[in-house]
Amino acid sequence: MSQKVERRLRVNPILCDGYGYCAEIVPELIALDDWGFPIVSAASIEADDILAHARRAVGTCPRLALLLDESTARPT
Amino acid sequence: MSTAQPSAQGAARGAVGSRLMAGPAYEAGYERIEDHERRLRKRPTGGAWLIDVIARSGLRGRGGAWFPTARKWSAAAAGSQGNAVVVINGSEGEPLSAKDKLLLSLRPHLVLDGAALAAESIGATDIILYISRDPRGADKALARALAERRRTGAQEPAITVVRTAHRYIAGESSAVANRASGGQSKPKFSVQRTAEKGVDDRPTLVQNAETLAHVATIARYGSDWFRKLGTEHSPGSTLLTLCGNVKHPGVYEIDLGSPLGAVLDAIGGPASPPPGALIGGYFGMWVPANLIPGLPLDPERLRAERGGSLGCGVVALLPQGACGIVESSRILAYLAAETSGQCGPCVNGLAALSDTMDRIAASNPQSGDAQRVTRWIGMVRGRGACHHPDGAVGQLASALQAFDEHLASHLAGRRCRGVDVPGFPQPPQPGAGWR
Repeated sequence: MSQKVERRLRVNPILCDGYGYCAEIVPELIALDDWGFPIVSAASIEADDILAHARRAVGTCPRLALLLDESTARPT
Repeated sequence: MSTAQPSAQGAARGAVGSRLMAGPAYEAGYERIEDHERRLRKRPTGGAWLIDVIARSGLRGRGGAWFPTARKWSAAAAGSQGNAVVVINGSEGEPLSAKDKLLLSLRPHLVLDGAALAAESIGATDIILYISRDPRGADKALARALAERRRTGAQEPAITVVRTAHRYIAGESSAVANRASGGQSKPKFSVQRTAEKGVDDRPTLVQNAETLAHVATIARYGSDWFRKLGTEHSPGSTLLTLCGNVKHPGVYEIDLGSPLGAVLDAIGGPASPPPGALIGGYFGMWVPANLIPGLPLDPERLRAERGGSLGCGVVALLPQGACGIVESSRILAYLAAETSGQCGPCVNGLAALSDTMDRIAASNPQSGDAQRVTRWIGMVRGRGACHHPDGAVGQLASALQAFDEHLASHLAGRRCRGVDVPGFPQPPQPGAGWR
């Protein structure tokens, strides 16, 4: 059985200043709270096009606060 | 009523269990190393065997999270190449808690023995004693204890004292590692845990002072002895700070298997029938009056039955005439001011919640305030680098639930006399600085 790589967005809330670009780029995964800070979906990213947007959001963050977490999950 | 002070009552009445606080009565004060070693014998030498014994004892951390101690030690030991650091966390940022200060003042050698045992067991070369700058702190006793250990040639790693400004979250493990590395006592965001990368990026075990004191007894008497008190999943005794509306406020050592009512009976009871209680401190859980007598203190059952935690062992009974909604909003205001100011959702969310709760507490709500509070509690939770926002909104949410009928009266604009009652010992002025 092959091991599956799970990818999730994570925000470093200390670095984040609430520019909000990420929520524009990948609204499928990121919403903004009432103060303009990102609420990031904890779901594993499956679709290729969403993953591409997620990577672009990571690269666009002016604070470098957005991370793409890649972990190898054990096959269940 | 003043802030809970260490009191002689626990020892005098032998509340429920007396292990850490066995030996001379509280009023006898500090126990010298000679008396400590005569009473308990010298400590054994730590090692992998002790991690096994601790695992069998079921000891969980007394700093608030109740994490299994053996698992924490194993993680630090796995990462250590003989270069780990042990931090004795005695910072006790919780304003209602006095147990670590009491323990460090009266039984410092128990805690220091536990730290030396930890260092030997996980492969650590340094021990850091981390305490708050606090006029009621244990500085004098600790200076004396450290001098005694040097004089008697204790075989253990050097113990360095690191101080922090007294801040609510200065004891959070990444904040501890930050401060002990020479920085500020503010939490950090890290992909790695403190056990892997802590003080000076070395594997670090941050352990509450009371937990280390339990280790010092378990290493001497074994896991079966430890399990003679408490329950299967929450064995042992624990130090409880009882304050607010009790006849004899103070620190007591209790059996974790006792319900709150039995503990209250053993220590002289409430001063008057309490309208509610806060369990676990400012990050804790409110319970209404009818649940107080039967409330389990065993953290496992408390979580399963009430969805709460014993936290750092604070039990604060509300005075008669005081209001849980008002008291909860006072605590929220303190916690909002105690944010380290690093994470947007915590800074903005707690401030917004606190402003809104001020209006509700004063029975002067604006239209939509109740809905905003519910929305923001859900919005803030889980979104900080540390658990400060989670603890703050958890406390608030439990108050809204425990006092829901009375909350309706605040929302309807009916004046509450609780606003004029001092309630608990007041939250202190928020701290200054982070060093």
